[in-house]
Amino acid sequence: MRALQRILHQVVIWSIAALLLIPFLWMLSSSLKTADQVFTESMQWIPDEIHWGNYTRAFEEMPILLYTRNTMLITTLCILGYLVSGSLVAYSFSRLRWRGRDTWFVVLLATMMLPPQVTIVPLFVIFRKLHWIDTFMPLIVPAWLSGWPFFIFLMRQFFLTIPHELTEAARVDGAGHFTIYLRVILPLSQPALATVAIFAFLLHWNDFFGPLIFLAQESRFTLALGLMTFASRHQSEWSILMAMSILMLLPTLAVFFFCQRYFVEGIALTGSKG
Amino acid sequence: MSAASSRFERNETRLGYLFAAPWLVGFFGLTLIPVLLSVYYSFCRYDVLRPPMYVGIENYRYLLFEAPNFWKSVWNTSYFTILRVPLVIIGSLLLASLVAKPMRGMGIARTIYYMPSIVSGVALSVIWLWMYSPTHGLINQALAIVGVPGPPWLESPDWSREAIILMGIWSIGGGRMIIFIAGLNSIPRHLYESAELDGAGWWHRMVHITIPQLGGILFLLTIVEIITCFQIFTEAYLMTRGGPENSTLFYNLELYFKAFQDYDMGVASAMAWMLFVATLGITIFLFQTVGKRIYYEGER
Repeated sequence: MRALQRILHQVVIWSIAALLLIPFLWMLSSSLKTADQVFTESMQWIPDEIHWGNYTRAFEEMPILLYTRNTMLITTLCILGYLVSGSLVAYSFSRLRWRGRDTWFVVLLATMMLPPQVTIVPLFVIFRKLHWIDTFMPLIVPAWLSGWPFFIFLMRQFFLTIPHELTEAARVDGAGHFTIYLRVILPLSQPALATVAIFAFLLHWNDFFGPLIFLAQESRFTLALGLMTFASRHQSEWSILMAMSILMLLPTLAVFFFCQRYFVEGIALTGSKG
Repeated sequence: MSAASSRFERNETRLGYLFAAPWLVGFFGLTLIPVLLSVYYSFCRYDVLRPPMYVGIENYRYLLFEAPNFWKSVWNTSYFTILRVPLVIIGSLLLASLVAKPMRGMGIARTIYYMPSIVSGVALSVIWLWMYSPTHGLINQALAIVGVPGPPWLESPDWSREAIILMGIWSIGGGRMIIFIAGLNSIPRHLYESAELDGAGWWHRMVHITIPQLGGILFLLTIVEIITCFQIFTEAYLMTRGGPENSTLFYNLELYFKAFQDYDMGVASAMAWMLFVATLGITIFLFQTVGKRIYYEGER
């Protein structure tokens, strides 16, 4: 009875796993077929002849390299922005004691609840006044101003766990707060910084709403916006669309597989200690 | 905390503001001023090109009593939320309960369950557009094999919302699962052991131990999920543009069309504030009713 239950348990677990993987396999399979084969042999999972042509055509049909460059530029600058500004602010909220700190922290938590729709219209108006529309500025500058307070929160939670003895020892040696931040706190916080970097990467690599509103010229498009535009113009070219989707997903899948533990830690860090 | 460091120092106050400066600047420039402007715009007629013109509560009155698609979008979003929230919560809890116990191979299973969560936005929508293709898509072909004629999914007003919900469960279940796993593993073992001695089956343990013990997490995730559903935009924008027959015209999609297609910033701002008030109202209501009971019973 026990053994039967255990086998049943395993069968259920792996059947669900297979079910969840099917969209990935279907996408891969479709990307390796010709434009006709996706319709005529759509249920044949491994085509008779593997057709790599969609991947080369993807590069011809869409300026993927340019879009990748744009996306990487925005994403990298945003990650740096969150790390630099966020860690400074988190240091202030966790290791410095100042008048008004706790009030400001409540304000910070409150801004996390504000839906983005409320600010998007005025931000569009402000960025338009600054002549920032159709530049990368509206997508990058907010990151340097800690525009995603969740990351401050995450880093602060981590900084709080670093023993005070460590920083006190540095204080005794005559180190100022900036030195302590740079030489003690940051090196010890690598897991938290990595988690922020990964979340920020996923956030901006996949971001669609920001580029949709703030970018206009196709030469400035990101991968997400480019893929959307291509998809709306070539609605049934599924084999190329699947190849493009895979190309866009590859970096995120790579980050996921190499940095898995940070995902789980990040969710646990912010989920449990609310 | 040592006595020396618990003292407020004048010097540290200046440093504190200095270190927090990036966020403080961001708070004023990207949040506070936009929020105030947004309140103002919601009482104005404003098309960005000409200066805003004060019209009182006209935008709110227009939305509530005249706007052709406003109530449609409210209805679509409510329908979507009411159907999706329980499905996502139950789905991710079931996933978590399958792989919560450390066993051989569980790491791989958890990884696979989580994998769909990293596919989002445009790629997610493009893949599922193809999955849902009525004649050649995977889902309807699979249904045809078992002899069920598949619906036209995104091309039918009766199935479009359900299609987006189903896709949402695939894409978000694994992420919510991780939080449930942490919760499940913090339930004291002995509760299950004594229940098993009493001969309680899987269902009884679920209803009488797991769900009450998870109370707080279950409640918070429900609220997060409701807010997530209220925010739906990208998938509907990409997959259906609100159609067919406005069946997937969700609130944020209508707001986007008002703001960035009609350049009716006043009406769009009024919509944003109504969404905010509704979200806040529902959250407070849930905390006052369900939340209170959970935290009285759950915490010691």
